[in-house]
Amino acid sequence: MDGAPAPLRCFSERHAAEVFADDGVETVTSAEQKKVEHNIEEVISVYKQIHSLPQPTLLREQHYQYLKKGLRHLSDSYECLDASRPWLCYWILHSLELLEEPIPAAVASDVCQFLARCQSPTGGFAGGPGQHAHLAPTYAAVNALCIIGTEEAYNVIDREKLLDFLWSVKQPDGSFVMHVGGEVDVRSAYCAASVASLTNILTPKLFEDTPSWILRCQNWEGGLGGVPGLEAHGGYTFCGTAALVILGKEHMLDLKALLRWVVSRQMRFEGGFQGRCNKLVDGCYSFWQAGLLPLLHRAFFKEGESQLSRQRWMFEQQALQEYILLCCQNPAGGLLDKPGKSRDFYHTCYCLSGLSIAQHFGNVDLHHELILGKEENRLVRLHNNYPEFFLSCSHVKAPTHPVYNICPEKVAQALQHFHQLPVPEADQRHGASSADGPSAPAASSGSAEHQS
Amino acid sequence: KLFLIVIVDSLVHWADLEPVPQDDGPNPVVKIAYSEKFSDVYDYFRALLKKDERSDRAFALTAEAIELNAANYTVWHYRRVLLQALQKDLREEMRYITDIIEEQPKNYQVWHHRRMVVEWLNDPSEELEFIADILSQDAKNYHAWQHRQWVIQEYKLWDNELEFVEKLLEEDVRNNSVWNQRHFVISHTTGYSSPAILDREVQYCLNQIRKAPHNESAWNYLKGILQDRGMSSHPGLLEQVLELKETHCSPYLLAFLVDCYEDALENNNQKETLNRALEVCEYLAQEKDTIRKEYWLFLQRSLESRFGPSAASGEPLADGTEPPAGQQELS
Repeated sequence: MDGAPAPLRCFSERHAAEVFADDGVETVTSAEQKKVEHNIEEVISVYKQIHSLPQPTLLREQHYQYLKKGLRHLSDSYECLDASRPWLCYWILHSLELLEEPIPAAVASDVCQFLARCQSPTGGFAGGPGQHAHLAPTYAAVNALCIIGTEEAYNVIDREKLLDFLWSVKQPDGSFVMHVGGEVDVRSAYCAASVASLTNILTPKLFEDTPSWILRCQNWEGGLGGVPGLEAHGGYTFCGTAALVILGKEHMLDLKALLRWVVSRQMRFEGGFQGRCNKLVDGCYSFWQAGLLPLLHRAFFKEGESQLSRQRWMFEQQALQEYILLCCQNPAGGLLDKPGKSRDFYHTCYCLSGLSIAQHFGNVDLHHELILGKEENRLVRLHNNYPEFFLSCSHVKAPTHPVYNICPEKVAQALQHFHQLPVPEADQRHGASSADGPSAPAASSGSAEHQS
Repeated sequence: KLFLIVIVDSLVHWADLEPVPQDDGPNPVVKIAYSEKFSDVYDYFRALLKKDERSDRAFALTAEAIELNAANYTVWHYRRVLLQALQKDLREEMRYITDIIEEQPKNYQVWHHRRMVVEWLNDPSEELEFIADILSQDAKNYHAWQHRQWVIQEYKLWDNELEFVEKLLEEDVRNNSVWNQRHFVISHTTGYSSPAILDREVQYCLNQIRKAPHNESAWNYLKGILQDRGMSSHPGLLEQVLELKETHCSPYLLAFLVDCYEDALENNNQKETLNRALEVCEYLAQEKDTIRKEYWLFLQRSLESRFGPSAASGEPLADGTEPPAGQQELS
């Protein structure tokens, strides 16, 4: 961008007035919030002193080195993620693709072979070789393989077994458990819908009653909880909403209430998002929360809403970029929750994903950018209504969006590849709904049956 | 000496078992630099899993494996298989899982395991007190609240929960998890249909708002309980809020006003009501809630479009409106 850099929102005189008002009634909530605001104030003030011209910079090279190393080796502090290694692959690969760093072919092939070892003989992917299949590492593995996007990567996935696995975790009430003998929550519906749609194994019966179960998760606050009855939470709200988008049922939500809830989660002082009302800001919600706005924009658009902006998402894009760039970067590489926290690959992935959303607005024929700081800060576009999506949508019904949180080219490519293959016929004998009798024949190749 | 004990221990107790190293392949990725202990425990765990060995040493090893990584759901699953196969004492297992959760309260697997044990025992009698203890350390622990709702609903333990909610709200009126629990309890017991209950809840909210006007949870709850019935259905509420505006104003109060006006417009489209609504949206967008400027401007345009003079004539507004999606993109 030529000329003087745009003034930072957090440098404006009005910014100081945005601090939390505790009305003279101190509680744990207000005390914690004020502590965070104080830390953020420190960071901003230090930044002001060091930099005469405010040009927040994405530390690309440092993040790249951190990611490159992590893809190969991790310290023993990662023992706690020994049952989430496909996640590590996905978080790192997605971060690299956002930074537009190429993955060397040899590394890509090694990832494919590793993920193949994480695949369970009974279908789905596990947290590591020899472990049981689980929907979360399944989601991560499929996404990672789609990011790689080679024939080798696609061929790792045993689609027939994957379908068997999904049936094995399906519950009669429409929900899914995360793994056999495991817990139910709305993440599972998203993981299942994501992998099923990408690999073209989605049938209407598989997701029968799933939309109505997800809808029960929307509560009095307007957001969604993990299961019906629970507090609205950014992560679960994203999962539920994105799952419904995939299933073409997002209009069944109270979209206005959801919109009000999510925009209210952006912190007036920090600029980033909180996960729940009256809780603290966290860099990862830059994706889980801000990522809802493109989904809602599209949902409203489909409903015929005529007053949508053509330039901006309905959140403060600049404020979010400022929060991520000023407060969430580790100078040695990697991104984080908030100042004072340690870097990790999860936060690196979701802070960068949120940054991409905050930088790019787009719909079918419009693309508008708002890059804070240097031009080099720009990340790859994460999503959006590329015409190809709509083309491929005609076979699937479910739209593709920051739904998957992988780059749109990779989504399109995967859909293209897998939609040439026939939808496998499920062996439901071991599934939860086996009492219902034999399954209906799968749809013919090239077009999955749609949900009624 | 401890080193020698460990060596002897493995020789004596594990001599017959060949440990199974992890199969990461020749060119591993995301390779974790496990400690020696971690590798040993998991190498033996893999061996037991392979054999499907159902023994006390296997059971003991799951505890070691869990301590090293409590998120390993494969180990937890195996432990549950062993609990049943070996007919282990479930009371003792409750004591074990209690300790583990106290150490690691933010882990999915530990809470799920506890739920399984409670179900097997069909005994929820310790749960409310246990969860209360966890909440005393972190009053917003999502897993704790999830477990609590499950226990209450499954075993019909509604009786004292509203009291518990009130106590926690006294401690921190901004605890949104507690407001959610309030809604959970009431909607599953008395419901919000009766005017007596609804009125009691509205009054409760307003009282909390008077004490701490900038507590978003209280305002969200107020809207949450009224939205399905219609905000303007509660007589005198709009007036009370307008009164509060003078002394206890906040962005939340102003947003609530917009919602009241919108609801009023839906029942009776009056120009004056619309103007007030648009004015408050403008005030929020430009002054009082600028972080949500894009949203308030959208809402303003939306209200104008739905209720404004141009709405009657069906003309689109002049500024930047998008046509609905054409089918041509979908072919």
